[in-house]
Amino acid sequence: MSDAVVWFVIVALGAATYLVRWSFLGLIGDRPLPPWLLRHLRYTGVAVIPGLVAPLVLWPASTGGAVDPWRLLAAAATLGVAAWRKDVLQAVAAGAVVLGAAALLS
Amino acid sequence: MTQAFRRGVLDGLPFIVIMAPFGALFGVLATEAGLRLDQTLAFSAVVIAGAAQFTALGLMDAGAPVAVVLLSALAVNLRMMMYSAALVPHLGSAPRWQRAAASYLLVDQTYALSAARFEETPWSVPDKMRYFAGTALPVFPAWTGGTLLGAELGARVPESWPLDFAMPLAFLALVGPMLRTRAHVAAAFVSVVAALGLAWLPWNLGLLAAAALAMATGAEVERRS
Repeated sequence: MSDAVVWFVIVALGAATYLVRWSFLGLIGDRPLPPWLLRHLRYTGVAVIPGLVAPLVLWPASTGGAVDPWRLLAAAATLGVAAWRKDVLQAVAAGAVVLGAAALLS
Repeated sequence: MTQAFRRGVLDGLPFIVIMAPFGALFGVLATEAGLRLDQTLAFSAVVIAGAAQFTALGLMDAGAPVAVVLLSALAVNLRMMMYSAALVPHLGSAPRWQRAAASYLLVDQTYALSAARFEETPWSVPDKMRYFAGTALPVFPAWTGGTLLGAELGARVPESWPLDFAMPLAFLALVGPMLRTRAHVAAAFVSVVAALGLAWLPWNLGLLAAAALAMATGAEVERRS
């Protein structure tokens, strides 16, 4: 990997990613969006993030894609505390405690 | 400092605990892949998209063609188009330069915090923009600072540390508070099932299809209730 290629990837990926982020917010501005579209957009977060996380939890790269019960437990603890307490820090702490226990026990 | 901005900073603060190790992991891996310190830092500061950066780095390290590296990493980032659209009703009437700046700062964390807060708080557009900026204030230095730390530490981080799990835990902590209605829970469920079922599709298309199905599910459940 030459320096020039690395820089090209950084700049090109950065520019393309910026355009993706700017696409609606920058271009559309305050033109009104139809109600049906708004109704779909309200679910963007819950539609994208769980799907992004599920394979990472079930098939972690660091175990070579093998299911790891401790990681499943840590994920469940984080999600459970997050839904219950609505507090990011407590949720992550719960997951970290499970992973810490896993490190000590295994 | 306005109340909305302060609220944003406070809501963003916990993410330091997550973004720093996640950034550090990128720093470690980028160094191991042979990137120089300035390149590693530029990667995090210019692209600012953890999942896409890991994707690009992995493919570069594996010797994939540049076009494949770019397209795959970009596919991971297409979800941000939906975030961009989702923020239009809230921030769309802000000045053009503010929308341009907000686009640079639009990541999972700033989006998720803002979307949740905007739905329950009747703020003015300037206040919403201040809140958004506030959430970015702790998140971005944590990400780039973490990258710097990881690049400096290099391979001295013990292999046994489950740093890779910082990202899933961070995202799960984001999703938890979003599961407020039946429609949200239904959308999240469809998202998981479809993403796992379609994981075999190339270029991350499975995630995009799963997201579209999940949004349709949420909208339909909302319409019927």
